[in-house]
Amino acid sequence: MSARRLPHWADVTLVPLISLIIAFLISALVILAIGEDPWEATRLMVQGALGSTYGWGYTLYYTTNFLLTGLAVSIAFQARLFNIGGEGQALLGGLGVALVLLFVPWPNWWTAIIAALFASALFGAAWAAIPGYLQAKRGSHIVITTIMFNFIAFSLLNYLLSHVLRPAGSMDPATARFSRDIRLPRLADILEPIGIEFSRSGPANVMLFIALFACFLAWVMLWRTRLGFSIRAFGQSEPAAHYAGISSVKIIMLTMLISGALAGMMAVNSVMGGPQRLVMNAVEGAGFIGIAVALMGRSHPFGIIPAALLFGFLFQGGSELAIETSIPREMIVIIQALVILFTGALDNMVRAPLTALFLAARGRR
Amino acid sequence: MKLTARLLAATAALALSAGAASADPAVVYDLGGKFDKSFNEAAYTGAERWAEETGGSYRDIEMQSEAQREQALRRLAEGGSNPIVMTGFAFMSVLEEIAPDYPDTTFVIIDGVVDEPNVRSVVFTEHEGSYLVGKLAAMASESGVVGFVGGMDIPLIRRFGCGYAQGVMDTNPDAQVIINFTGTTPAAWNDPVRGGEITQAQISQGADVVYAAAGGTGVGVLQTAADADILSIGVDSNQNHLHPGQVLTSMLKRVDNAVYDAMMEGPELETGVQTMDLAAGGVGWALDEHNEDLITDEMRAAMEEAEEKIISGEIEVHDYMSDDSCPVAGF
Repeated sequence: MSARRLPHWADVTLVPLISLIIAFLISALVILAIGEDPWEATRLMVQGALGSTYGWGYTLYYTTNFLLTGLAVSIAFQARLFNIGGEGQALLGGLGVALVLLFVPWPNWWTAIIAALFASALFGAAWAAIPGYLQAKRGSHIVITTIMFNFIAFSLLNYLLSHVLRPAGSMDPATARFSRDIRLPRLADILEPIGIEFSRSGPANVMLFIALFACFLAWVMLWRTRLGFSIRAFGQSEPAAHYAGISSVKIIMLTMLISGALAGMMAVNSVMGGPQRLVMNAVEGAGFIGIAVALMGRSHPFGIIPAALLFGFLFQGGSELAIETSIPREMIVIIQALVILFTGALDNMVRAPLTALFLAARGRR
Repeated sequence: MKLTARLLAATAALALSAGAASADPAVVYDLGGKFDKSFNEAAYTGAERWAEETGGSYRDIEMQSEAQREQALRRLAEGGSNPIVMTGFAFMSVLEEIAPDYPDTTFVIIDGVVDEPNVRSVVFTEHEGSYLVGKLAAMASESGVVGFVGGMDIPLIRRFGCGYAQGVMDTNPDAQVIINFTGTTPAAWNDPVRGGEITQAQISQGADVVYAAAGGTGVGVLQTAADADILSIGVDSNQNHLHPGQVLTSMLKRVDNAVYDAMMEGPELETGVQTMDLAAGGVGWALDEHNEDLITDEMRAAMEEAEEKIISGEIEVHDYMSDDSCPVAGF
C-alpha cells in the first residue's frame, strides 16, 4: 500500500491539514456564490467562537461533547467496528442521567456527577450491547444495527418525554429541572479562584477535564494493557487474533460496551452540564460529529483532541454566523459537511498525491 | 493543531475590536422556522412591519433544536439586544432560568407566562377566535358535520378545539364536530402528510368544513380539503391566500401585533401578563379578497353579533385551560 510510505508525522498532520484547507476553500467559494463575503464570514466565526470567554464557554462545551463521542467511535474503530450509533447511545445516556438526578436527592455536585457518570455509562453501554451481541453472535452488521438503534432511541426518548417524564401541567416535552444544588461547576467557577475572569454564561464545565482524562485513560487502555492489545490485534486481522487465542465474541462485546459507555457519558455534559434537564434531541448530532472527529483524529485518543476542538469551533462559530449574517443555517451545515467529507471520506484523495510527492522528493535525493 | 494556534492568535486581535452593544430588538422563532405560514410567520410579519415603519433593524434566530433555546436567548442578551421577543410556550422553562441573569434586558414571551420582573407574557384567548370560526363553519356546512385537526395533543390546542366546538354547537345544535389530533409528540407540528390523512378520514365521515390548528401540519389539511373540494379554516396567520376560494376563513391570532407592539414600546415596555383577547384585537377571523365570495351577508351579521356578545360578556366561551375539560365536545 502506498499510504505506508508516507512518513508518520505527515500522515497525522499534513493530511488532515491539507484536507481542512481544501474544505475551507470550497466553503469560501460556496459562500461567495450566495453573495456573502467569505473573509467576513471567517472573521465572524472566529470572533464568535474564540473572541470572548463567552464564545470559549460554548466552544469548549461542544468540544467536550465531541471528545467523548469521538473517543467512543475511535475505540470501536480500533477493533474495526464502525459504531455509528453514538447518537442513540448518548440519548440513552441522557435518559440515565435524568433518571438518576431526578429521583435521587444528591447532596452535592460531586456525588451527583459520579452517579450521573455511572448511570449514563450503564445506559449507553446497554444500548450498544444489543448491536454488539448481534454482531458477535449472529453476524448482523454493526453499521446497520447501530444506525437503526439511533432511530429506536430517538422514538423511545420522544415517547418518554412526551408521556412519562413530562411534569404535570407542562406542555413542553422535557423533564423537570434538576436541583440547583447539584449544578456542575462551570469554567467561571473553576478559573475565578485563580484570578482568571471568565464569562458565567458559557456552559463549559468540569466535564471538559473528565473528557480529557478519559482520552488519557483510553490511550493507556489501548496501548498499555492486554485488552487494548487484543482490541487492536482484532482490528488489524481477525483471523490472526483468533489464531492467537483472542475470542472475537469477547472483544466485540467489550469494545462495544466501552464505546457505548463513552458515548453515553457525553450526556452528563449535554444534559447535566448544559440545560440541567433532559430535552428532546439533547445530543444535537454529536454522535455523528463524533465519527468525523474520530476520522480526523486517526482514531487516536490524543488525535481526537484537536479534532474535537475544531468541530467545537465550527459548531459554535456556525451558530454565530447564522445570527450575524443572512447566510442561512443550512449553509453552515454544508460547511461542516465539507469538512467531514474532506477530512473523513476523501482522505485518500489528499494522501495519494502527497505520498507521490514525498516519494518523488526522496527519489531525487 | 497549527490552524487552531493561528486562529487563537487572530482572536486576540479581534477581541479588542469586539462589537459594540446594540439596543436593537430581537426575535427568536420556535421550531418550525419563520416561514411556517402560520404562528412563527405571524411574528415575522410583525417584526417586518416594525422595521418598515421605523426604519429600524432587528436580529432574529430560527431554532433548529430544543437544546439551542438557552444559547439563542443568552447570545441575544449578551449581544445587547433589547427587547427580546420569543414565540412559543416551549421557551418558558429556559426563560425562567435566564431572565434573572439579565435584569437590564426585557423579554417578551408569546403563549407562555413567566413570572419575572423583566418579562412580558403575552397570552391569547384562542377559544374566542375559535368560537367565531366555529360559528362560520356551522353556517357554511351543508352536511352538518365539521372537522377539527389539532397538532400535538396539548392543553393549548384543546383550547382551540373546545372553543370551535362551542361555536359550532351554539349555531347548529344538531351538528357533529369530529375532533382529531395529529399526534402526541412535537413531530405532530410538522407532519402535513398525516394532517392530510386525518382530513381524508374526516371527509369520509361527512365533514365538509375542516379547521386546522396544527402549525406546519395544517398546510396538508388545507391542501387535502382543497383537493377534495371542501372548505377549510386556517390558523394564526391569514391563510386564505393558500387556496383562494377554498379556505373559508382563518382564525387570526395577532402574534404580529404582539411582536409589533413590543418592538414599538422598546426596552421600556410594560412587563407582566398581557392578555390579547377579542376586545383587544388579539384574535379574530380573516376576511379578504380570497374568501369574500364565501362569506354571505348573513354570516357577516352573525359574526358581528357574536363578536359584540363575546366582548360584552353575554356569550361566555369556555376556556379549556381554566379547568382542563371541555363539556361541549366531551373531552
